[in-house]
Amino acid sequence: MLTLQFVSNEELKNLSSYAKLQKILNIVKDDKIVVLEGKLKKEEEVELIRLTMEEVDDNFRGIELQVWDSSKKERSFFENLRLKLASILVPEFNEGFTIIGPANIVKEIKKDPSKIQLVTQNSKKKKNGRK
Amino acid sequence: MANIFKKWFDNLLKSIFKKKKDVKLGLYGPPNAGKTTLANRISLDWLGEEVGSVSNIAHETREIQIKEQITIKSGRKELTFNLVDTPGIATRIDYEDFLKAGLSKKEAKKRAKEATKGVIDAIKWLDNMDAVVVVLDSTKDPFSQVNLTIIGNLQARNIPVLIVANKIDLKKSNLKRVVDAFPQYNVIGISAKDGVNIDKFYEELFKLLD
Repeated sequence: MLTLQFVSNEELKNLSSYAKLQKILNIVKDDKIVVLEGKLKKEEEVELIRLTMEEVDDNFRGIELQVWDSSKKERSFFENLRLKLASILVPEFNEGFTIIGPANIVKEIKKDPSKIQLVTQNSKKKKNGRK
Repeated sequence: MANIFKKWFDNLLKSIFKKKKDVKLGLYGPPNAGKTTLANRISLDWLGEEVGSVSNIAHETREIQIKEQITIKSGRKELTFNLVDTPGIATRIDYEDFLKAGLSKKEAKKRAKEATKGVIDAIKWLDNMDAVVVVLDSTKDPFSQVNLTIIGNLQARNIPVLIVANKIDLKKSNLKRVVDAFPQYNVIGISAKDGVNIDKFYEELFKLLD
């Protein structure tokens, strides 16, 4: 059975980067796929890879990670202005989402301009998450 | 007063020369993109010796490898740097992949353990780099999260980047896809194995490090 766990900005906003990444990694090590509201900082992404490597053993083979960055979509001037204002008024406003899954379950997360495909290890069935 | 000025001037000169002498050029990228093949090409061209071994099995380079004081020349210009070849950065390392590649269980587990340490070391070394050549396999999807994470991190750290799309000698190579994926960066297509476009690559190195 495939379990997806949604993690909101609200849940993470008071945590340090390290605590945030440990929380994510603990969920993933529990064989669940994390759907994270928003994006990690670039430094946090690389730190997540580093922490993951420290945990790799015969049972835990690492993670699959994919970031959907909707801030890079082409938008009109007014849409951009609205989003800029939102990020000023709500500092934790963080566009996009991030999927992090355990490598023993998630074979690959493919991204193209309109969809993210999660390819699982056992069934090799594709689950599409359209945006 | 004169002594203070002299000391300041000496320190300034020392820092300039130290900087020039100790420039660290890192080779980063995912496993099996051809980082060590490129490192060997550069080192053979200018020092006459190789940096490390290459293999079709991923994670052949599992330790940071450094070739110091490589001086490359173009016309009257000279450029000296320390070349740092790093292990490929990956988010997953599965010893069973090495079993499938023909290694024994013991070898596969050892390789996996060393590879994880290699990724950690490569990440730790990011902060030491003065400039980085990101080596990508031009036959593969350039939008992989590892590529985006490496390049995003270098950008966040203000480290100058040159992207090399390697393996353009292969039929499946798609240089345009790599160029289109990173429009804000200088991307050059090469074949490190065959030396295709390598002179253009050296010209780009001068631009990157000057």
